[in-house]
Amino acid sequence: MDEFTSPAPSPPSQPTVIRDPWIGLRSLTPSRIALGRAGHALPTREVLAADEAHARARSAVHAPLDLDDLSTRLAAITKGEPPVRVCSAAPDRQRYLLRPDLGRRLSAESRAELTALPLEPEGCDLAIVVADGLSTTAVARHAAPVIEAILAGLPAACRLGPVVIASQARVALGDEIGQLLKARLVAVLIGERPGLSCQESLGIYLTWEPRPGRTDAERNCLSNIHPGGLSPAAAATRLWWLAGEARRLCTTGVALKDRSGEPGRLG
Amino acid sequence: MGYQHTLDSRVWHFDDLKTLLAKASPYRSGDVLAGVAAESPVERTAARMALAELPLVRFLEEPMIPGEDDEVTRLILESHDARAFAAVAHLTVGDFRDWLLGEAADEATLTAIRPGLTPEMVAAVSKLMRNQDLISVARRCRVVTRFRNTIGLPGTLAMRLQPNHPADDPRGILAGVLDGLMYGCGDAVIGVNPVSDDMTTLAVLLESLDAVIQRFEIPTQACVLAHVTSQIEAINAGLPVDLVFQSIGGTEATNRSFGITLAMLREAREAALATSRGTLGSNVMYFETGQGSSLSANAHHGLDQQTCEARAYGVARAFEPLICNTVVGFIGPEYLHDGKQIIRAGLEDHFCGKILGLPIGCDACYTNHAEADADDMDTLMTLLATAGVTFLIGVPGADDVMLGYQSLSFHDALYLREVFGLRRAPEFEAWLERMDLVDSRGRLLPVTSRHPLLAIQT
Repeated sequence: MDEFTSPAPSPPSQPTVIRDPWIGLRSLTPSRIALGRAGHALPTREVLAADEAHARARSAVHAPLDLDDLSTRLAAITKGEPPVRVCSAAPDRQRYLLRPDLGRRLSAESRAELTALPLEPEGCDLAIVVADGLSTTAVARHAAPVIEAILAGLPAACRLGPVVIASQARVALGDEIGQLLKARLVAVLIGERPGLSCQESLGIYLTWEPRPGRTDAERNCLSNIHPGGLSPAAAATRLWWLAGEARRLCTTGVALKDRSGEPGRLG
Repeated sequence: MGYQHTLDSRVWHFDDLKTLLAKASPYRSGDVLAGVAAESPVERTAARMALAELPLVRFLEEPMIPGEDDEVTRLILESHDARAFAAVAHLTVGDFRDWLLGEAADEATLTAIRPGLTPEMVAAVSKLMRNQDLISVARRCRVVTRFRNTIGLPGTLAMRLQPNHPADDPRGILAGVLDGLMYGCGDAVIGVNPVSDDMTTLAVLLESLDAVIQRFEIPTQACVLAHVTSQIEAINAGLPVDLVFQSIGGTEATNRSFGITLAMLREAREAALATSRGTLGSNVMYFETGQGSSLSANAHHGLDQQTCEARAYGVARAFEPLICNTVVGFIGPEYLHDGKQIIRAGLEDHFCGKILGLPIGCDACYTNHAEADADDMDTLMTLLATAGVTFLIGVPGADDVMLGYQSLSFHDALYLREVFGLRRAPEFEAWLERMDLVDSRGRLLPVTSRHPLLAIQT
C-alpha cells in the first residue's frame, strides 16, 4: 500500500491531549502542575506558554530601573534625606552579567562620594542598600513596601544609616558600602534572577560587620519576597529577629540559625 | 617546573601544572573571568599538545594546591591507591585517553582502577576528549548505590523530583510531589529546596515528605536541602532525615564559603548512618556541585573551573553518596555563557564523576540571563542519557518557581525513557505498577480522578 492508495486517515477518536485529573490542585501552587501531555510531550499550549514566559524573563533582566521614581518614594517613606545613589564598577548591563567582580565593588566616583558623606563618628547599627541585581522589576515593586515594613519595626535604640540605591550591583557590593558607612549590619535588598513564573522576586541578605571579602556563608538570606512568597511584613519581622540575634551573637551566616518560626521566639 | 610545546617554531611555555591545565581547557567564560584561559586558539592547542605528553604520575608529584593549605588536596593524596593506579601508571595523559577508548578499558577494569585515579588526572584527560569520547567512556562505567531502592543499574535512569514552592507551603509542595509521582518521577529522591533555612520549616517539610512516603509505601527517599548543620540538628532532634544534603566544592576555601569542613560532612554521615533509615543500603549522602563555585567564592587558587569541579568529586566519593549531581547551568553566564558551554560542561562533569566512581547525575538547567534555551536542554539530556547518566532532575513544567531557573520537566523523562528504553529504579517502578500508574513495560497509564494517590492532601 502506498500513499496514493491508502485510505485517508479518519478523524481521531481519542483526544490528542491527555488531561491530568489533578488540575484542581493548581490553586495550591504557582508550579506548572497538571499540564497534560501529547503522547509523552508537553502539549502545544504549554510549550508556547513557556516560550512566552522565557521571552518575558529574558527582557526583565535588561529592564532599566527608574531611579528618580524610587528615590522619591523612598524619601517619602524615610521622611529624611533622599537616598544616596551609587554605581558598581560595572559600567553597563552586559559587563555586569559577565564580570561579577565589577558588580561587587564600587566605581571610583561612588567610593569617593560615600567616603565624603558626613557620618556620625560611631557609625550606624543598620545600613539598608537597595541593589538592582537581576530584576529591576522586583526592586521597583517591592523595595519601598519592604523598607516601610522594616522602618515600622525599627527598635528605638537602633541607629539607621542612610538608605543607598546601588546600580549594576551584586550582593557583595553591600560589604564595601556597609564598611564605608561604618555599619555594624548591612541589609542588601536585591532583585533575584527572574524565573518563568515570577520576575519580581526580591531577596534580602544580612551581613554582620560588612567589609570586602565576606563570604556567602557569613550572610543570612531572606528570599522570594513577592506576592506569591514572603510578604513585606513577614520579611521585616524575620529581618528584625535575625538582626537581634546577629547583635547578640556578633555574627551572621551559618552560625546564626533562623528560629523565628519557633513558638515563643517572636514577639 | 615549567611545561612547553613548540608549534611552528614558536615555543609556548606554561609555568606550572595548573596553568597548563587551564590553558588546555575548552573556552568558557568562567576561565576567562578568572584570567586563566588560553589567550588564543593556538595557545590552547599548544597547551593540549603539551598536556598529551605529560605523564599521569606527574599529578601525584606536583599538587596544584599544596596539601598544607588545603584539606581537599590532602584527602585526594592520602586516599590514592597506588596498586589500583599501577595499570595506568606508565601512561601519559594522551595515551590514557587512547587507553580509555580502547577495548582494554571495560567495565571491570574501569572499576578496578578508580581508587588509583585522582580528580586532576581525570580532569586532564577530559580536556583532550571530544564530546563523543566523554559519552562513550562514561557509558562503560557502572556505579550502583542503595538506600530504599537501587540506583544506577544498567538500562535505568532515575529522577529527582523537585517540588519547590516560593513560600515553603507544605500543601503546595505536596501538589508538586503528586504531579511528579503521577508522571513516574521520584526514584532518585524527592528533594525540596526550602526558601528559608529556618528550623521550623525544615521540621515541617521533613515530617510532611516522610508521611507521604510511609503512607503510600513508596520505595524512595526524601531530602530537604538545608545547610548540613541544620540537618544534623534535625537528626539530633529525632526528625525523619533520609538523605543528608550539602553543596560542596573542590577546595577547602570553597567549602569554607559554604560554611562546611570535611569533618562536618563526616559528622553528618555518621549521624545519618546511626538512624538506619535505609532499608536496602547505607548510601546516606546527597551532594550538589557545579563549575564556577570556587571562582565565585574567590577560592580557586588559579585552577580552571573544571579541574576544581573534578576535585569536588574527589570530596564526594569519600562519603559514598546515594546520588551526586552537577547543577550545570545554574550558576550563570559569567561561568558558562551559553548552551554550547553548558552542554560541554555537563558531559565533562558526568564523565569525571563516573570514572571516579560517583553515582553522578545532572541538573540539566539554565537561567534566564544565560544564552540558552529549552532546545539546549533537549540536546544535553539526550547526550547525557546516551552517556548513561545516573539521574536527572525534574520540576513541574521545567519551571522552578522558587529558585527562578529552568531544569527538566517530568515529560522530559518520559521522552528519554521512550527513545532509549530506560527504566526506573526497579523497586520504584514495581511500586508504580502496583499503583496502576505504569504498565509492565514502564509506560504511563491513563488515570482517573479516583486514583488513590490523588488523596495525597487529605
